[in-house]
Amino acid sequence: MSEIQQTTRDVNPDILLVETPFQRFMADFLEDRVAVVSLGVLIGIIFIALFAPLISPMDPYDLAKVTILNGKLPPGSQSMDGVTYWLGTDGAGRGLLSSIFYGLRISLGVGVASAVVALCIGASIGLVAAYYGGRTDTIIMRIVDIQLSFPAILVALVLLAVLGKGIDKIIIALVIVQWAYYARTVRASALVERNKEYVEAATCLALGDRRILFRHLLPNCMPPLIVVGTVQTAHAISLEATLSFLGVGLPITEPSLGLLIANGFEYMLSEKYWISFFPGVALLITIVSINLVGDQLRDILNPRLQK
Amino acid sequence: MSDVPTLAVENLETHFFTKAGVAKAVDGVSFSVGRGEIMGLVGESGSGKSVTGFSILGLVDPPGRVVGGKVLFNGEDLIGASEQRMQKLRGNKIAMIFQDPMMTLNPVLRIDTQMIETVLAHEKVSKETARQRSRDTLAQVGIPSPEERMRAYPHQFSGGMRQRVAIAIALLNKPDLIVADEPTTALDVTIQGQILYEAQKLCRETGTALIWITHDLAVVAGLADKISVMYAGRLAEQGTIDDVLDHPVHPYTIGLLGSVPGHNTRGQRLYQIPGMTPSLLSLPDGCAFKERCEFSDAACALRQEITEPVPGRAVRCCHPQIEAAR
Amino acid sequence: MLEIKDISKRFVKRLDVAAKIANRLGASAKEEVVHAVDGVSIAINKGEVVGLVGESGCGKSTLGRMVAGILEPTSGEIHYKGNAVAAKTGKDAAEAALQIQMIFQDPFASLNPRMRVEDIIGEAPVLHGIVAASEKVSYVEQVMLRVGLDPEYRRRYPHQFSGGQRQRIGIARALAVKPDFLVCDEAIAALDVSIQAQVINLFMDLRRDLDLTYLFISHDLSVVEHISDRVVIMYLGRIVEVSPTDELFEKTNHPYTTALLNEVPRVEMRGLDYQPISGEIPSPLDPPTGCHFHPRCLHAMDRCAAERPELREISPGRLAACHLNDDK
Repeated sequence: MSEIQQTTRDVNPDILLVETPFQRFMADFLEDRVAVVSLGVLIGIIFIALFAPLISPMDPYDLAKVTILNGKLPPGSQSMDGVTYWLGTDGAGRGLLSSIFYGLRISLGVGVASAVVALCIGASIGLVAAYYGGRTDTIIMRIVDIQLSFPAILVALVLLAVLGKGIDKIIIALVIVQWAYYARTVRASALVERNKEYVEAATCLALGDRRILFRHLLPNCMPPLIVVGTVQTAHAISLEATLSFLGVGLPITEPSLGLLIANGFEYMLSEKYWISFFPGVALLITIVSINLVGDQLRDILNPRLQK
Repeated sequence: MSDVPTLAVENLETHFFTKAGVAKAVDGVSFSVGRGEIMGLVGESGSGKSVTGFSILGLVDPPGRVVGGKVLFNGEDLIGASEQRMQKLRGNKIAMIFQDPMMTLNPVLRIDTQMIETVLAHEKVSKETARQRSRDTLAQVGIPSPEERMRAYPHQFSGGMRQRVAIAIALLNKPDLIVADEPTTALDVTIQGQILYEAQKLCRETGTALIWITHDLAVVAGLADKISVMYAGRLAEQGTIDDVLDHPVHPYTIGLLGSVPGHNTRGQRLYQIPGMTPSLLSLPDGCAFKERCEFSDAACALRQEITEPVPGRAVRCCHPQIEAAR
Repeated sequence: MLEIKDISKRFVKRLDVAAKIANRLGASAKEEVVHAVDGVSIAINKGEVVGLVGESGCGKSTLGRMVAGILEPTSGEIHYKGNAVAAKTGKDAAEAALQIQMIFQDPFASLNPRMRVEDIIGEAPVLHGIVAASEKVSYVEQVMLRVGLDPEYRRRYPHQFSGGQRQRIGIARALAVKPDFLVCDEAIAALDVSIQAQVINLFMDLRRDLDLTYLFISHDLSVVEHISDRVVIMYLGRIVEVSPTDELFEKTNHPYTTALLNEVPRVEMRGLDYQPISGEIPSPLDPPTGCHFHPRCLHAMDRCAAERPELREISPGRLAACHLNDDK
């Protein structure tokens, strides 16, 4: 045994420097300036969404504080009680800045929640399809094909017409619209991973199907899933905004960005642009920053683009 | 053989400028190959053998760069040559064969299209002549019924046949030099045997010089006239095939030969070189092999120069094992 | 110890819906059937090293995977220590599966890149109750030492190791469940020459110390000659020759074995002056009739194209499937 043990310590020194996969991933991510800025913006948005009640200048839904007298003030103007509304107020006299903060909270919450639920469901279904193959695979993937051949907005509209309004309802609708994307993504990469020898080794070690699926296959299918997840979160947010704008999404008591835009829409022609404009900008910034982060994720997680 | 060798590489240096530092992938490699001669360029992964091949053809991609030395092809230095000149030579006077034939073959074009294009790119002949020549070359590398097979697409060939086609394309313009990078590694033994046989025959007949890059000592043993063994970007030992394989003097070559299982090793422990190939980014000072070498001492910490301890043999080692040669 | 009885594996590419519809309309798409392994029987004794040699498409990897329990045979049975492997269920089946472990070719693909070495090695023994979860670390360290890895590296990920070390991790993973039998599928083919020697020596040490039995699959005859007691040669899904190693390398019987041995490059051989066997390995989708080797065989007779030669004993302990042996 002594000769064998000699060999053990001779690891290349530069190999030793390499960290955990996560550290390597972060180092790669930080290379692109646009992505870093987007990530910063995104973190800021998430921060605002989380702490909206603490940082908003006012609670736009506290009826005691909102007075119609302050309605439709242009950006930067002061109300009679001496409060400055940097982004103006809407028709009911709510400060737009505060409304946007609260709106982000709901938009982001709905987007992330539906993406996470859809990801879990879609990924599990995709994994099962890829691992078992045969008829299971065929049936699942045909359902996915059918699902994806309908325009998302149409399916969501129909579902909401049936389900009615409400945060839970819109999340359900978004999940049903989106799970198929995740299922297809996971299946594609799981088909590749399934044929690798480490999965055969796991079979050989009698680890059991569920363990192989979720502890061995799934972590190795994560990179494309994360990319699709970010893009789909952005998609979910804009879809929710669209639905709310059309008036079938959230009830008026839960004003998301889409609803804010819809509220201001009637004033657009009377030159009170800000009521729709600023929520629109907020929505735009959110979606663009998520997508830019997603682009960078795709670049660094795609093995083909790696040097 | 004429006085000027087909290819003379002198002190070639190719470095890779990576984020983590400069990797000297090729560090002072010299050799020459004459007409009809076959040289085996042998080394393990990371020894710089493939980069040497790419450097000769001027195909080193950034962050790599040839930083020194000469590549004299029929007396002409290719290191400073313009990209235009290189393009004229590549595929014409110098050809390369890769491990994966699909590096050469375009999957969406028929074999004949690709071959005729290769001929016409370098020579002004009629299309019919080019077709004729393509067919003859395919027959030469042992493809049955070439006339018919020419109209096929690459995916319709087996791995061995594809490699033959790649070799035929390399031979089309009767090159003076072929650089073959592990061309048979992915092939089966009987197919490898056929290709080795054809390759040797062709070199002898056409006077083409051949550099056969491989990790497999046994392959070059039967094929080559001379051999260069590389280790960590440097030449370890060089000489005629019989000299080097029968009487190796560099401790690395000795170790490498000792670790190949053969007829007489059954049931015995194989000799094993301890440790592993060092990273090119953090080579030890002096001899790159010293940490794995049983003969190393203080003298090995100095940079080793190439010496000729035995006539006709170039060795980069201060303790050549002339007596220990088995 | 291990008995393989007339085992076959067919891979069928079934027709999809589109092809079925096309067939209704007059097209003639057929199911593609590959006989990867076609009626193979071998018995392997305890402590033996059996080398399994063949070129691509000969079914050696498929056979190895059936032995290791990764693939299920289409027909035939595998008996391990006297019991049919397929007959067992539940916990018995898992326990039986652990007895036979596999070492894979690719040291990169065979380790889960997202797990630490200690989990790669320690997962199965803990799950199957071979060691308690609390003792996992010390057990893993012990196994790592056994295969020549520094236990300090147990928290690392596979990408932080060199090819040879990864192969050792793969070996450690197999050894951790205390198998008696290892199937090595081209286990050293992807390694550098000097590292190959290290791993071959490790296999031999383990055999001596742990009393292991090996099925050593390789295309490299020099390695097989070095390590095995007996050699099995396969061609296109069938065994063509079985022989003790010494006898085989002294004198071959089957013409394919002869050709194969001739063409193994060896360091001792200089200057190629023989004519290699011609022709390509036929596609296993459409193998030749009779003896699969007859289109490439120098001694082929009419009978070879018509009749499949049986594998039969030609001298004690030696089997071959060739019609030429009938005349002797």
